[in-house]
Amino acid sequence: MPKSKSLPRGVVVVGAGMSKFGAFAEKNSRDLFVEAFKEMTKSVDKGLDPSIIETLYIGNFTSDQFERQAHIAPILTDAVGLLPRPALRVEDACASGGVALRQGVMAIASGMVDVALVGGAEKMTALKTAEVTEALATAADVSYEIPAGFTFPGFYAAMATAYMHRYGMKPEHLMNVAIKNHDNAALNPYAQFGVTIQKWMEGRIEAAIKKGKPAPTWSTIWDFLHDEAGNPTVAWPLRLFDCSPVSDGAAAILLVAAERAHEFTDHPIHIIGSGQASDSALHDRPELTAIPAAKIAAQTAYEMAGVTAKDIRIAEVHDCFTIAEIIASEDLGFFAPGEGFKAAEDGVTARNGAKPINTSGGLKAKGHPVGASGVAQAVEVFKQMRGQAGERQVAGDVPVALTHNVGATGSTCVVHVYERRN
Amino acid sequence: MSEPTIPVRPFTAAAFNQYLGEKKLMAAKCKKCGGAFVPPRAICPKCHSEDIEWVETSGKGKLAAFTVIYSGPTFMVEQGFDKKNPYVSGIVELEEGTNISARITGLDVSKPAEIKIGSPLKVDFVKFGEGEARKTYLAFKA
Repeated sequence: MPKSKSLPRGVVVVGAGMSKFGAFAEKNSRDLFVEAFKEMTKSVDKGLDPSIIETLYIGNFTSDQFERQAHIAPILTDAVGLLPRPALRVEDACASGGVALRQGVMAIASGMVDVALVGGAEKMTALKTAEVTEALATAADVSYEIPAGFTFPGFYAAMATAYMHRYGMKPEHLMNVAIKNHDNAALNPYAQFGVTIQKWMEGRIEAAIKKGKPAPTWSTIWDFLHDEAGNPTVAWPLRLFDCSPVSDGAAAILLVAAERAHEFTDHPIHIIGSGQASDSALHDRPELTAIPAAKIAAQTAYEMAGVTAKDIRIAEVHDCFTIAEIIASEDLGFFAPGEGFKAAEDGVTARNGAKPINTSGGLKAKGHPVGASGVAQAVEVFKQMRGQAGERQVAGDVPVALTHNVGATGSTCVVHVYERRN
Repeated sequence: MSEPTIPVRPFTAAAFNQYLGEKKLMAAKCKKCGGAFVPPRAICPKCHSEDIEWVETSGKGKLAAFTVIYSGPTFMVEQGFDKKNPYVSGIVELEEGTNISARITGLDVSKPAEIKIGSPLKVDFVKFGEGEARKTYLAFKA
């Protein structure tokens, strides 16, 4: 593969915001995008005159299926008052947001524009769960994968069986990821599930008592997570709490040429590495216990940035399923192959650990409105790097951070590396 | 007069599925580098050659990865699969060295932890659907 080139000019993030993620019957993707845009505007230290925005890149997987509305980029552009600026809907399944970010980086780095709005939006909950499952399945190979009966939980479950076989992991190990990400989301006011699994379990017990039903006998979260009544199997070995939810939400970040950063803030976040790679259907890959495109995207981004995995202080990774976070933590070079599940068990990836992963709560607990997720990851690192993450702020400086966004089972992967210089 | 030649089927999903209907699991083989591919490919991903031929696989393989699915897509629900009657989907490593996704039959779904990666499998063909929607699905049985 041809080698990555460095950016011809610097690109920085100067504003970042997101809507609350969740299930909102009364809001469509444009309402959510407006919320995200307002949050982004508020976050620009020296204020933002929106009229200086020159172009928009908007990640969206499939508003056609979810809302029966295609061609959504100009609609969202209109909703935030930015007509007649050029706008592009970027679609690479669940990596749409991260790839939209890369488009924005390339537009500014090329010198063609100085100020770009990168957004992501998805409204998923208008459909029934079975319809959502089938819409998501179109991100896989519908000719050769879907006829086998695979669903998305099924694909990642299959990766989990290969991983368990190779490295001796047990299904219980996966639960450490869910517990951690719910712990983090409980401190994130924008999260869909802003609640720990402990609180979730207690809520279930209280609800049963209120209804006069026999109270479940769970005494610890491990009882709860092992019980089919609390945590039903979706696609063995994955259970409900191994899966990210169906979500509505949007996110927006403002990218500007580094030379103009001072107009917006004294604390810009520099994007110093960007990598993206494509791959086949899951069955066609040489290995099933890693995501090859993620390794390539990471390598490309690290080389461009001139950093290594050791330099990354925090990372937001694509934990659409718990096994995906474990594999990501290895693909990104944080841990050796087969060591990721042990790191999760030992608390290395916890907020106060040596390598915090998904301080936002991740896709698992913050929510996963697919086209918005890659952009929301950038929102979290922007806040953490500037010390604005509130209760979930990690201790100490965050000079270098990373985001990792995956489409389908890894047919698209995109990685960005961020740096704070002042 | 020259011998009539049998037209070569194109290297498409439609042709692959047509072969499945004839109970044949076919691979596309690159005549230049010898790589064999299921699903078929019109251009060799290894050497970029366009000189490809169809070859029938042995139909033998082993289980590379699997899952027991409790909540499946509509066409599986229509075949009677649900929470109480889950099914197995998997990735099969064929003898020819290429992998394919398939339904896996003949395994005990009540004991997924006892299903062994590496188990030998043999190709099978499952027909489902009515009228024009009738289709042959690729499966492997343990």
